[in-house]
This record gives sequence, C-alpha cells and structure tokens, in this order.
Amino acid sequence: MSRFKKKQAKTKQGVPTSAMPDVVFMLLIFFMVTTVLREVELQVQVDYTRAENIEKIEQKRLVSYIYIGPERLGGGQLGETRVQIDDALVDDMNSIRNIMYDKLMEEPRLIVSLRVDRDSEFGTITDVQQELRHAGTLRINYSTLREI
Amino acid sequence: MFNKSGRKDTPEINGSSLADIAFLLLIFFLVVTTIDVDTGIGLMLPPIPDDTEPPPVRERNLLNILVNAQGMVLLDGEPSAIPEVKNRVQEFVDNQGVDPNLSESPDDAIVSIKTDRRTPYNVYIDMLDEVMGAYEELRHAASMNRFGVPYSELQSDSPEQQEIRDMYPKKISIAEPDEG
Repeated sequence: MSRFKKKQAKTKQGVPTSAMPDVVFMLLIFFMVTTVLREVELQVQVDYTRAENIEKIEQKRLVSYIYIGPERLGGGQLGETRVQIDDALVDDMNSIRNIMYDKLMEEPRLIVSLRVDRDSEFGTITDVQQELRHAGTLRINYSTLREI
Repeated sequence: MFNKSGRKDTPEINGSSLADIAFLLLIFFLVVTTIDVDTGIGLMLPPIPDDTEPPPVRERNLLNILVNAQGMVLLDGEPSAIPEVKNRVQEFVDNQGVDPNLSESPDDAIVSIKTDRRTPYNVYIDMLDEVMGAYEELRHAASMNRFGVPYSELQSDSPEQQEIRDMYPKKISIAEPDEG
C-alpha cells in the first residue's frame, strides 16, 4: 500500500497550461484572418426575399455588392428607390458601367451580388442589369435568404 | 554582493498574463466576426448583342415566361400560378422530343424570362426560384440514375458533376427589355 502511495505522490498533478497562450493565439489568428471588418454603411433599406434553390458564394473576395432599395431618410422614413455601390448612392445610372468596368479590370472573375429590397419594382434592376451587361460583368447573383 | 543580486532578479517579463491578453483579443474578434455566408440565385447575364444576327431558335425550343406588372406569370402566353412553373419547366426541358410543342432535347431548351418595369421583385425571385428548382430536380434525378448519388453530393467541378451539368445545361435567357 505504502508503495503505491509513494508513487502517486511523486507524479505531478494538474494539466500543464504553458501551451495555452499558443492555442489561444492560434484561435485569435484564425478569427483575425476570417473577420471582414469593413461592412458598408447602408444608405438604402434592404429586406431580402427568400428562395429555396439557392447557392452559396464560396469565394467572398470575388464578390462586389450593389444595393437597391428605398433610400433611408432621417427619422425612419423611406424615400425613392435608389442604387448604392460601395459607400455612395448612384445618381447617374450610366456611371454604373464605368464603376463596374473598373472593378472587372481589377478582378476578372468578379461576381456581382444584387442585394435588392423585396418590394422594389423590377425596372430599376433592369436598368442596372443593362449597365452590367455594358460593363461586361455578366456573372450576377440575386441575394436571398434561405426559405424556412 | 552586487553580482549576487544581479543574478537574482534576472531581467524577464512576466508572461503569465499573455494568455489573458490573447483571450481578450480573441473575444473581441469573436464578437465582431460575422460569419454570414452569401447565398442567392446565381445567373449569367447575356452579353450585349453585337450587330451579328443571333442564331435562329426554333419556337418549340423556347419557353417564354413573362411576369407582368401585376405579378402574374404567363407561360408561353398562358397564365399560370407560380407553384405550377416548376412542373411546366420540367416538362418542357425533359421532353426529349416527344411532344412536338415542347423542346427537342434538354440541350436545346431555352427558358426566356421577360419582365415589365413594374414587376414586383419578390414575384420575379419566386418565379426564378421555381425555374432553378426545376433544373435542380432534373439534375438530381439524372445524378441518382447515373451515379446513385444526389447531385448536391457530387464534388464541385468533378467530371461527374460536369457530365450532369452537360445533360441539363441551365439555359436561362433574360429577354431584351422594351424601350421606354
């Protein structure tokens, strides 16, 4: 009996924690790499529609967003349907083709994600699509949520 | 005497709080991160037509879908409810030349979508969803037949997936918008 006791007393108790900072740092670096901090400030209201047969966009770096929806005015009021690319509202529809063409030159495999408010009318989207066709950015994606 | 004390407090930064700092940063990034996957319906826009005449398409190989300003769907001129669209598209695409009014082969079948300027966007998406669903089901059935595996389980860009895709190519065309 006493022999057993002696042995147990000699073994060190407790989990070694010296490697914990390394583990935590690894997690930290993972999250730092995956985080996309810059989220555009939306100036238009976008409520997504839902659909069943949707696909995921795996390569987020290829995606460029166009937001279409009623403009957010002060005091929770909504205005006319407007188009927003990056941080600015688009005033002249014809300027879209230049903006998108420049983006296409930077990233030839560009996917344009159209984030459109569910209550918009299709005319605006038709105009944007025509501009996209002129720019040559043909790969588009209508952003929707998964239908539950 | 001096020597001894110098040896005693060797210059060393206490590293025990390193884990705490790292944890703090980790929690910050955990909170800030939004792992939202972009989902949506993918589509290829047709390129701007140049002056050359487009190749002629036989009428039977074309399924015209029109969504009007009231959100009503017309399939080849007939009004139909949105849940019917899937079946109609499947019949049309998978006709294999049986019915003389429907497509000759899935490879020839073209679904043409036309909208009005005042079409509600959500109706358009519902309709597009049905069309995509029709192709998805056809591909699923073909994949089960051919490989015994659901289409969604096939590895992306594998030859198997390519084969099924070639069997049922998604030929969806956005009609030229009307002027004005």
